[in-house]
Amino acid sequence: MYIESLVFVVFSVMLIGSALAMIVSRNTIYSALFLVACFVASSVLWLLLEAEFLALILIFVYVGAVMTLFLFVVMLLNMDIVSHEKGAFVRYLPVGIVLMLGMLALMMYVISPTHFAVLTSVQHPADYSNIKALGAVLYTQYAYPVEVTSVILLVAIIAAVSLAARHKGNRRSQNIDVQLAATKGDRLQVLKMPSEKFSGASDIGGPEQPARGE
Amino acid sequence: MISLSTYLSVSAVLFGISLAGIILNRKNLILILMCIELMLLSVNTNFIAFSHYLNNTVGQVFVFFILAVAAAETAIGLAILMVLFRKRNSIKVEELNILKG
Repeated sequence: MYIESLVFVVFSVMLIGSALAMIVSRNTIYSALFLVACFVASSVLWLLLEAEFLALILIFVYVGAVMTLFLFVVMLLNMDIVSHEKGAFVRYLPVGIVLMLGMLALMMYVISPTHFAVLTSVQHPADYSNIKALGAVLYTQYAYPVEVTSVILLVAIIAAVSLAARHKGNRRSQNIDVQLAATKGDRLQVLKMPSEKFSGASDIGGPEQPARGE
Repeated sequence: MISLSTYLSVSAVLFGISLAGIILNRKNLILILMCIELMLLSVNTNFIAFSHYLNNTVGQVFVFFILAVAAAETAIGLAILMVLFRKRNSIKVEELNILKG
């Protein structure tokens, strides 16, 4: 269809262009934003391929979480904003281009239409649900790998927290043996003072109540 | 109708660009991590294209797992990067020679 080809061309050009802009940009924050543009463009391509669930997951997980993490780290590190000197970039440019062209030539030979001409996409009916089809496979045949994935994510959480947490020094923490060794004499202070004139209420104790921690 | 090899060409170009990016930005560890993300994206596009044209959902299941593992890898990689920056005050790759390998 005409409109489908138009969408494909526009977003492919956007994908390739922002990928190129990402690797030549000298500012790391601009690179991260161009990578976001790459993710958005390729999620549109995935929508064209009728993978609606994964296209949305790509936006939510990558643009929403992973790229936010990247931007946070870039800003937290507070490094000099220029990511590469011009000399090194120019020196490595021929190597990069030659490697890229060699790899591209090889891949283009492998994936040329002569090898994949027989494959044509299947038209699904209008009420076809990608999420139903994916879930039917994911929670039956691949139930065990899904569980393993959750364990991997748990490991990632624990590893990232324990790596990035600052230890000792500027951290507020409980000092348990000092707390347990505290006696009544350390904390509680009983003051003698004359009782007030016309009230029978006893007013023993300091201005604040030191015995609270007991 | 867009053919399968058109999608495969786009993702091959994307893979080549991200490979060149790793070569060109060898100084900056964050950009190398971003280029790895881009490589995974192109591989995922391949998986989804094949899944669509072969009418087989298993390709999308694979992409699901790759996304999860890549997110975990990025989180741990960035945490290691933070620790490294705190210790050495730099994330240049050529200064990571403490092991003298």
